[in-house]
Amino acid sequence: MNWFSLITATSFMPVPATKESGDVDNLYIFLLVSGLISFIILIGGMVIFIFKYRRKTEDQKSAYITHNTLAEFLWSFIPFVIMMIIFAWGWSVFHDLRRVGEKGDVEVHVTARQWAWTFKYANDIEINSPSDKKLLDDPDSTLLKPEIVVVPVGKTIRFILTSDDVLHSFYVPAFRNKMDAVPGRRTTFTFTPIEKGDFTVFCTEYCGTKHSNMMATIRVVDGEQFAAWQAEKIAANAGAITKGPAERGEALFKGSLGCSGCHSIDGSRIVGPSFKGLYGNKRDFADGSSVTADDAYIKQSILVPTAKIVAGFPPAMSSFQGRIKEDEIKDIIEFIKTLK
Amino acid sequence: MAHEQHNYLNHQKGIWSWLTTLDHKRIGIMYFVAIMSFFFLGGVFALLVRAELFTPGKTLFSADVYNRMMTYHGAIMVFMVIVPGIPAIFGNFVLPIMIGAKDVAFPRLNLMSWYMLMIGAAITGSTLFLENVDTGWTFYTPYSSIKTGLGVIPMVLGVFIIGFSSILTGLNFIVTTHKLRAPGMTMNRIPLMVWALYSTAILQVLATPVLAITLLLLIAEKTLGVGIFDPQLGGDPVLFQHFFWFYSHPAVYIMILPAMGVISELVATYSRKVIFGYTAIAYSSLAIAGVSFLVWGHHMFVSGQSEFAGVLFSFITMLVGVPTAIKLFNWIATMYKGSIRLDAPMLFAIGFMFLFTIGGLTGVYLASTGMDIHFHDTYFVVAHFHYVMVGGTLMALMGALIYWFPKVTGKIYSDLTGRISWVFIFSGFNVTFFPQFILGNMGMPRRYYDYLPTFTELNQMSTFGSWLIGTGFLIGLFGVIYALLKGKEAGNNPFGGKTLEWTIPSPPPHENFEKTPVLTGGPYEYR
Ligand code: HEM
Ligand SMILES: [Cu+2]
Repeated sequence: MNWFSLITATSFMPVPATKESGDVDNLYIFLLVSGLISFIILIGGMVIFIFKYRRKTEDQKSAYITHNTLAEFLWSFIPFVIMMIIFAWGWSVFHDLRRVGEKGDVEVHVTARQWAWTFKYANDIEINSPSDKKLLDDPDSTLLKPEIVVVPVGKTIRFILTSDDVLHSFYVPAFRNKMDAVPGRRTTFTFTPIEKGDFTVFCTEYCGTKHSNMMATIRVVDGEQFAAWQAEKIAANAGAITKGPAERGEALFKGSLGCSGCHSIDGSRIVGPSFKGLYGNKRDFADGSSVTADDAYIKQSILVPTAKIVAGFPPAMSSFQGRIKEDEIKDIIEFIKTLK
Repeated sequence: MAHEQHNYLNHQKGIWSWLTTLDHKRIGIMYFVAIMSFFFLGGVFALLVRAELFTPGKTLFSADVYNRMMTYHGAIMVFMVIVPGIPAIFGNFVLPIMIGAKDVAFPRLNLMSWYMLMIGAAITGSTLFLENVDTGWTFYTPYSSIKTGLGVIPMVLGVFIIGFSSILTGLNFIVTTHKLRAPGMTMNRIPLMVWALYSTAILQVLATPVLAITLLLLIAEKTLGVGIFDPQLGGDPVLFQHFFWFYSHPAVYIMILPAMGVISELVATYSRKVIFGYTAIAYSSLAIAGVSFLVWGHHMFVSGQSEFAGVLFSFITMLVGVPTAIKLFNWIATMYKGSIRLDAPMLFAIGFMFLFTIGGLTGVYLASTGMDIHFHDTYFVVAHFHYVMVGGTLMALMGALIYWFPKVTGKIYSDLTGRISWVFIFSGFNVTFFPQFILGNMGMPRRYYDYLPTFTELNQMSTFGSWLIGTGFLIGLFGVIYALLKGKEAGNNPFGGKTLEWTIPSPPPHENFEKTPVLTGGPYEYR
C-alpha cells in the first residue's frame, strides 16, 4: 500500500472499472472535500475556543449569550442546502447503478448459496465458484481460489440474482456496485465494464460460517476473447456428456451442486465430514447408532440430510430434494466410490 | 469526618436492602454495576475478535468460533450496554433530582425494570453455555430462522425481555418528567439532560414494542414453522429487515440522545456559560426522535426494495442530519467567550464532539444512495457506527461518570487518572477505527473471518488500537476503585454546576431534598 497516494481523494478505492463507477468517485470526492471543510470549521472552531477562552483565573466570568437567531438560521439552512445537493447527486448516481428493467447485451443468471456463486449464461455455460484450490500458499488461509466468469468489455451486462438458501449480497468493489441475492426473489445487477482485467466479487451479507470465502472473479476481456471463451466452454460441455459417471459426478460435486463447499475429498474437515474413504465404511451418528455407508445411505443423506447426523458435526446441510435428479445421485455415488 | 451524615447510602444497610430498594439513586448504582459487567464481557469479545483479525487466515480461532464471538460482542454491546447505559445509570440517578423530585413516578416499576434486564441478560447469556449463536446481532432471516441452531430462540427471548426493561424505564421517565417537576420548573426550564432523557423515553416506549413483536414472530417461525420470513414456508425474508430496522434505527438515537444530554451539561458547566440556543437543543432532540421513525429503509438500499423507496428514505435521512448538526453548532457556540476548564469530563466532551463529527459526516456519505451502494456492509459502516455509537456514547459515559461521581459517592474522582484514561481511549479509538474507513474504501466487507492479504496492515493497526482502548478503560476502572478508597471529600458542588443536583449534599439524602425547591429561572444562568 502506498501512503503517498493519500494525496488524491479516491486513492484507496479500487480502480473504477465500469462506466458508472467514475460517477460514484466524483460524488465521493465532493463528499470528502465538503466533509473535510465542515470538519475543519467545526473542530477548528472548537479548538480555537478552547485555547482562546481557557479559564485563567478562578473568578473569570463568561459572556451571557443565550442565542442568535441569524447565526442559528444560517447554520441550519446552509447544511440543509448542502445535504440536498448530496441527496440529489446520490439519487442520480443510484439511478445509473440500478437500471431496473433494462435488458443487458449479455445476461447471466447468478445463484447464490452457502458458500458459492453459480453463473449460468443463456447458452447453458455454467461457472461455479469457489474451486477446491487455495487462493494463497499460506496453510492457514481459508480463502479458495475463485472461479473465473468472463464478460466482454464495453457491453451492458445484466446479472439476474437469486439465492437458494439465505441472503447473500453480490459486491464488486471495482464496480462500486452491490445487490442482495434474496431467496424466492430476483434482483438485478447491471454494469458496463470499461476496464479489462480481473475483478473480485465478495459476499457482503453475512451468510454463515464461510461468509468470507464466498468469492468469484469477473474477468473483463474484449469481444473476440469473450467469443473464443464461450466457444471453448461449449466444446468442453459437449465433451462432458461423453464422460463416465464418476467424472460427471465429480463435476456435479465441485460444480453446480456445490458439495465441495462443505465436504472435502482429502480427509480434511470443512463444515461437514470428508468423503475420503466414505464408501463401504462405518459411520457413527450423533444418536449413537451407526451404519455402513452404501448407496441407500448416501442417497438418503442427499435428500433428507437430517435423518442421520454424523457424530461431531452440526445438522447444517439442507435438502437437495428437487434440485437433483435420480441419475445425478447415481453419478455422485460413483464419484464417491473413487475416493479411497 | 465530624459526624456520620445521613444519606441514601447509609439510610439502610445490607445487601437485601439494596436488592429490594425503591430509591432511584440506589437503582442507578445497581444498573451501573450490572452494565459495567456486561461491558467488560463485550469488551473481552471485542479484543478477541480483533486479535483474530490480526493476520489473514486463522490466527486464533476457527471461522465458527469467530462468528460467535462477533455475534456476542455486538449483541451484548448493543442490547445490554449502549441502549440501557446512560439512561438507566445516570438517568436514574440524576433525572428526579434535576427536576426537584423525591423519586421517579413509579419506584416499584423502576426496580422491576432492573430485574427484567437481569433476567433477560441471564437468558441471553445462558446461550453461551448451551448453544452459541452465530447470526450477528441483527438476527437476519432466513439465516436465523432456518440455517442455524436453536440457540437463537433463548437469545432473542432474552433480548425481548431486555426490551421490556427499556420500555418500563421509558414510561417511568415520561411520567416523572410530566408529573413530578418542582414548582416553577416549566418544561422550558428543565435541564437539557432531562430533555434528552425525555426524548429517549418516547423512542423507547414507541419503538421497542416493534422489536419485541419481531422477535416473537421469529421464535414462532423457528419453533412452530409459521411462514413469516422464510420463503420456503411462503414468508418474506426482507420483511424481517423492515421490522428490525423500524426499531433499530430509532434505537441508535436511544443510544445517542442521552449522550447528547450529558454533553450539554458538561459543556455548560466546564465553560461556565449559559448554554447557547437552549430551545434549539431541546426541540432538536424531539425532532430527531420524531424523524428517526421514518428512515429505517436506509439500511436496506441494496436489499431489493424499489428505487423509489430508496430515494425517499435517503431524503428523510438527510433531514435528520440537520438537527444533529444544530446540536454540534450550539455546543461549540456555548464555548465561545466562555471560561473553559479542561478537566477530564470536559476532555471527554471534546472527544465526543471530535468523534461524533467524524461519525456524523460519514453518516451523510451513507445516506446518499449512490455512495452507500459501495459502502454498505463494508468496514466503512463498521467504522461509522463505532464513531457515532462508541465514540459518542462511551465518551459521554466516561464524562458523566467522572462528572457525577462526587455527587453519587461523595468522593472526587482523580482528575489525573481521568485524563490519562482519556488519552488512551481517545487515541486508541482513532487508531482502531480510522483505518476501517480506508478498509471500507478498498472494499473489505464486514463480518469477515478471513481477508485478502492487501487488507493486512490496516487490520493490524486496528487491532493495535483496540489494545490501547482496552488499557484506557482499565485505567478508568482503576480510577473508580481508587476514588472509592482514597478519594477526597467532594462537598456539594465541586465543579460549579447550576442544576439542582448540585444544591443538595453529596451523597444526597434518602429523599433528595429537605425542602422542595422552587425555581425562578432556567438551568444554566452563569452571569
Ligand atoms: C474496545 C472497543 C471495540 C472494538 C475494538 C470493537 C471491534 C469490533 C469489531 C472488530 C467488530 C466486527 C466487525 C465485523 O466483522 O463486521 C465489531 C462489531 C460491532 N461492534 Fe464493536 N468494538 C468495540 C466496541 C464496541 C462497543 C462499545 C459497541 C457498542 C455499541 C460496539 C458495537 C458493535 C456492533 C453493533 C458491531 C456489529 C456486530 C455485527 O455486525 O454483528 N463495539 N466491533
Ligand atoms: Cu453470502
